[in-house]
Amino acid sequence: MTVADEITDIWVSLAASPQLWLTMTLVVFLFSVWLNRRLGGNPALHPVLLSMGLLIAILLLTGTDYDTYFEGAQFVHFLLGPATVALAIPLYDYRHQIRAWLAPLLVAGITGAAVAALSAVAVGAALGGESTSLMSLAPKSVTTPIAMGVAEKLGGLPSLTAALVLMTGSLGCIMAPGIIRLLGIRDDAVKGFAMGLTAHGLGTAQAFSISAKAGAFAGLGLSLAGLITALMLPLLIGFLPV
Amino acid sequence: MNVIHGITIILACQLAGEVIVQLAGLPVPGPVIGMVLLLGGLFCYGEPPAAVRSVGETLLRYLALLFVPAGVGMMVHFQLLARDWLAISVALVVSTALTLAATMLALRVMLALRKRRASP
Repeated sequence: MTVADEITDIWVSLAASPQLWLTMTLVVFLFSVWLNRRLGGNPALHPVLLSMGLLIAILLLTGTDYDTYFEGAQFVHFLLGPATVALAIPLYDYRHQIRAWLAPLLVAGITGAAVAALSAVAVGAALGGESTSLMSLAPKSVTTPIAMGVAEKLGGLPSLTAALVLMTGSLGCIMAPGIIRLLGIRDDAVKGFAMGLTAHGLGTAQAFSISAKAGAFAGLGLSLAGLITALMLPLLIGFLPV
Repeated sequence: MNVIHGITIILACQLAGEVIVQLAGLPVPGPVIGMVLLLGGLFCYGEPPAAVRSVGETLLRYLALLFVPAGVGMMVHFQLLARDWLAISVALVVSTALTLAATMLALRVMLALRKRRASP
């Protein structure tokens, strides 16, 4: 048996077990975090987007289909559910601010969540997007675990939604500084809340780099956006021009 | 309290959420109801138990990693993306800008109204 044959044999047996793609997911993610840091933390090259691109390239090059990959990666994916439940912890931590600002935050939260979903679907529909694409777009501002659940309920594609959510997160981080300047926003709480609501976890991470106050309100925006969208969107979607 | 306690409490909330969604036919993902249940539990208990906090905060700290397997699923939808890429990308850019602006303006207006009412 030649060396090449042996390598092929090892590859075939590894590729069939969940271990390979579970480990690959973690290794590629760690590499992407390192690479992103080396590139100056650019939000357009977020570690999640880099990981997705690299893993897709690896899967295509090795002729592996997504189902095989997911056999291994599902162990990471499963943790999204518990992570969603865990969002109750930051919400609980901010309960005093929430109570003090309840009405303004609710009005801003509902406005933002409605604008996020309706504007995306309206623009997408105006440009001739297919219904499946539009339903996958609708929850794009919400943190992934909630967005995927909502997309599934609406008849979108959860995995497409996951990708759109991540792109929205990067876009939000890129555009936020310009829009904050344009509108002359000085209150870090307002900046953070909008960033968390629009760009979920990625926006929250960036808000923490403005200040701890911005970060705290971003966490609140993220949680509220998720809750409001999950509760409202399935009802709201009936009124959309789709 | 150890890590297993924290994981068990969080998973139990998620499971209860799934069961409620199934039974009541709610249009909401199960884990979202699980989050509401945990929040209610925290209010009753008064303070997140250390085990729940450490497990929960660990999950949230590495949240980005958890998105990756689903994101890779985009490769299954290349055809749809090839067809709708213009609609999707314009919708993402326009909607993200509008959402940021609308949220900041709404919150600023509401806080200003509240301040004016508080100090007449």
